[in-house]
Amino acid sequence: MKWETVIGLEVHTQLATKSKIFSGSSTAFGAAPNTQASAVDIALPGVLPVLNKGAVECAIKFGLAIGATLNRINIFDRKNYFYPDLPKGYQISQLARPIVEGGALRIQVGDSERTINLTRAHMEEDAGKSLHEDFHGMTGIDLNRAGTPLLEIVSEPEMRSSAEAVAYARALHTLVTWIGICDGNMQEGSFRVDANVSVRPVGQAEFGTRREIKNLNSFRFLQQAIDYEVRWQIETLEDGGRIEQATVLFDPDTGETRMMRSKEDAHDYRYFPDPDLLPVKLDEDWIEAVRAALPELPAAMQARFQADYSVSAYDAGVLTGSRALADYFEAAAKACGQGKLAANWVMGELSATLNKAELDITQSPVSAVQLGALVARIHDGTLSGKLAKQVFEGLWEGAGEVDAIIEARGLRQMSDAGELEKIIDDVLAANPKSVEEFRAGKEKAFNALIGQVMRASKGTANPAQVNDLLKARLQ
Amino acid sequence: MSDASLSALAAQLAAKQVSSRELAQQYLDRIATLNPSINAFITLDADKTLAEAAVADALIAAGKAGPLTGVPIAHKDIFCTDGWLTTCGSKMLHNFVAPYDAHVIQRFKAAGMPSLGKTNMDEFAMGSSNETSYFGAVKNPWNTTYVPGGSSGGAAACVAARMAPAATGTDTGGSIRQPAALCGITGLKPTYGLVSRFGMIAFASSLDQAGPMAPSAKDCALLLNVMTGFDPNDSTSLEREKEDYTRDLDQPLTGLRVGLPREFFAEGLNNEVATAVEAAIAELKKLGATTVEISLANSKLAIPVYYVLAPAEASSNLSRFDGVRYGYRAPEYTNLDDMYCKTRAQGFGAEVKRRIMIGAYVLSHGYYDAYYLQAQKIRRLIADDFSAAFKTCDVILGPTAPGTAFKLGEKSDDPVEMYLNDLYTIPANLAGLPGMSLPCGFDAKGLPIGLQLVGNYFSEAKMLNVAHQFQRATDWHKRLPPQGEASGARSEG
Repeated sequence: MKWETVIGLEVHTQLATKSKIFSGSSTAFGAAPNTQASAVDIALPGVLPVLNKGAVECAIKFGLAIGATLNRINIFDRKNYFYPDLPKGYQISQLARPIVEGGALRIQVGDSERTINLTRAHMEEDAGKSLHEDFHGMTGIDLNRAGTPLLEIVSEPEMRSSAEAVAYARALHTLVTWIGICDGNMQEGSFRVDANVSVRPVGQAEFGTRREIKNLNSFRFLQQAIDYEVRWQIETLEDGGRIEQATVLFDPDTGETRMMRSKEDAHDYRYFPDPDLLPVKLDEDWIEAVRAALPELPAAMQARFQADYSVSAYDAGVLTGSRALADYFEAAAKACGQGKLAANWVMGELSATLNKAELDITQSPVSAVQLGALVARIHDGTLSGKLAKQVFEGLWEGAGEVDAIIEARGLRQMSDAGELEKIIDDVLAANPKSVEEFRAGKEKAFNALIGQVMRASKGTANPAQVNDLLKARLQ
Repeated sequence: MSDASLSALAAQLAAKQVSSRELAQQYLDRIATLNPSINAFITLDADKTLAEAAVADALIAAGKAGPLTGVPIAHKDIFCTDGWLTTCGSKMLHNFVAPYDAHVIQRFKAAGMPSLGKTNMDEFAMGSSNETSYFGAVKNPWNTTYVPGGSSGGAAACVAARMAPAATGTDTGGSIRQPAALCGITGLKPTYGLVSRFGMIAFASSLDQAGPMAPSAKDCALLLNVMTGFDPNDSTSLEREKEDYTRDLDQPLTGLRVGLPREFFAEGLNNEVATAVEAAIAELKKLGATTVEISLANSKLAIPVYYVLAPAEASSNLSRFDGVRYGYRAPEYTNLDDMYCKTRAQGFGAEVKRRIMIGAYVLSHGYYDAYYLQAQKIRRLIADDFSAAFKTCDVILGPTAPGTAFKLGEKSDDPVEMYLNDLYTIPANLAGLPGMSLPCGFDAKGLPIGLQLVGNYFSEAKMLNVAHQFQRATDWHKRLPPQGEASGARSEG
């Protein structure tokens, strides 16, 4: 039997506000345990929540960025359950009226492009952390994270492979960092993915029973977990077994998923509207002000890059992988007026070198303007591709500006026909054997002669010109 | 001193006839004598009280005194009070020392009013007799074999016995008005949102409201001036201009339209209470008021609606008492679930557990629509009845409670009988309207009878005007419980 995979993702993004969603405590990561937990965060008797408008604004930004409906009246609900790192015994969330409904995200897998629809996104507060190590059979509770604002973003079950799920997660990650509502730091838990996975026979209309893989904090784990889960579900079904609805955890060490709780253990969260918080109204002026302050979005920028800089759809996708990368590219392209060539350098030499050095685009030792200047020197013939790489190395090392490096290292391309002909004459005189072989029909000999010319010019000769001149002389 | 009004005490302080420390000491002495038989206080701390009084004296000496600076007040143990034990009447918080002041406490401190102590109350404000307190029942000063009402029973009893010139209370379904009625004092529950709930331990958030309890309406007006005001720490606090609630006290009642809800004078009302309320109506007519019959048809559903909504909110509000961070934790347990179960089984009393279970039930999957949502709809209808009624009257009048104080233990085995005591007070909470109770007579046993006024939103000044004019014409609020006999039960009859 042929099987089809069905995947929907729920992503918890930590909103990049300075203070918590219902208290004034800092949201900074990494402080000593419980030093960023106020009376409200630890749920002392009598304390009350006060909504941080900044968190709502982040949610509005997101809703606008994905073309969703923004609910004008927002209600906060209480989700009731007991856990030591949930201080109030309930989490303030949104059930019936999430701030964002609908919307869509475009993803690219290989050469094909798809649109994934979103179900909803709602605001809620994060819980604290339970620390099970170092306490000798006891559990430590750190409430620094309790009350950190989250936007839980839920997709429709429209992805059909782990590759699509990863592409969606990446596109979402790009978008939330692009519009500045999330720092995107997956190691610190700022972007956590839950994957709902099921399989069904190809052609069957109904969904299979899903299992939810919780808390995946890297794209690689997302892919591995889904791949394992899909294989496991198919094997189970083909062996005549049944899939029970469950929540599972992915173990990166074994590469397997394991059961956390079954449907029978599911909580009854007893949701009801939080009487401590009044409904929040989004007025049109607020929404329009947020809209006006939104940066150009990745999709729009991709279209513009294709039109303005003649880059391919694929390249435009890569270049808009992050706002920093897109801004870098555009600055470089503007500096040289050569979009396509600048794109090649940004995605080629620059990206490779940054990767090798484990640096981010924002940490690049070569500025966009410098790279633009380099591209300009390639375009005007001053540099060959090979020489340009040497100049790039100089830029990377901080040896100065492009023209200064060219001068200091003598890397100017030799394009003067007279000078080149002189070198060619010397080379032909010194290599009669090669000339003879070429005339006898050995193409290889021609390449050997070019190599000699290049060597004689210390690599500065314009290779195309050498080619033409040499051909003319030998025919 | 013991039966002086707040304004008289303030005048004595301003004239330096007495210092705040002396005044506080006089009340502390009286508490030392009377409280052992009344049990109105959970926590007393003379050093703290006198230190606060010294601060007040310094303010007076510096000429920085406000209208009530130096006058002591007792606070219900539901308000978090920095450095004081704050128990909410529960074993769950028997050891909880609050690290911050509730907004109401901050305001009284800022007004220079020293705290005499923390008053006893039904556990987590759940009760109408003050018998659910972990710290023992409060006795009614008029007869110590009777209950004082609840949940602000300690507050009502300490004011009635003049162990404090005034007290703070909170009212979720009648917890200020019913004990005020049963103890013969005046108490006011303001419009929902007028007084910040920050630092007030939540029972049912959409109903809870703090208010003043004192011998007279004028005292309550002065206290309300201190308590009210916008608080950015409470999202349900209302942002409106500050009012002077004493401004209309002396207005005549000529032309006042008093609405009499027919449902509040029907079956279930004790005859002696009915007679006293009728006499009060006659008195108001003498003062120039007219009466109009009104109907609050849906108010008969108030108790069932209340006992869905209040427990629903309470079941969630009380989840934070889990033994993890503060308060009581069971001494022995085998794992996390066992720790939760034992802590909450041992830390909460029977009435609290009953309401948590009701609340969890009505919010649970499959029952939410039938109970919680339905109750919210009826709550709206109850509020609509009031809106319609206020088109034809200025203030609504009726009994505060269906009867006078009942004997200790008399209703504690019958929760529903106990709940019926709040029949007339709950509708105002559900609608968010202000309500007050003032003394209007005594029954044959010598127990006080309370008259209830319910006003439209923000009409506190009007209600206080009506109550003050009534109190100028009557002396019910000036009668004192048997002095010196409070340590022993009075014989009935």
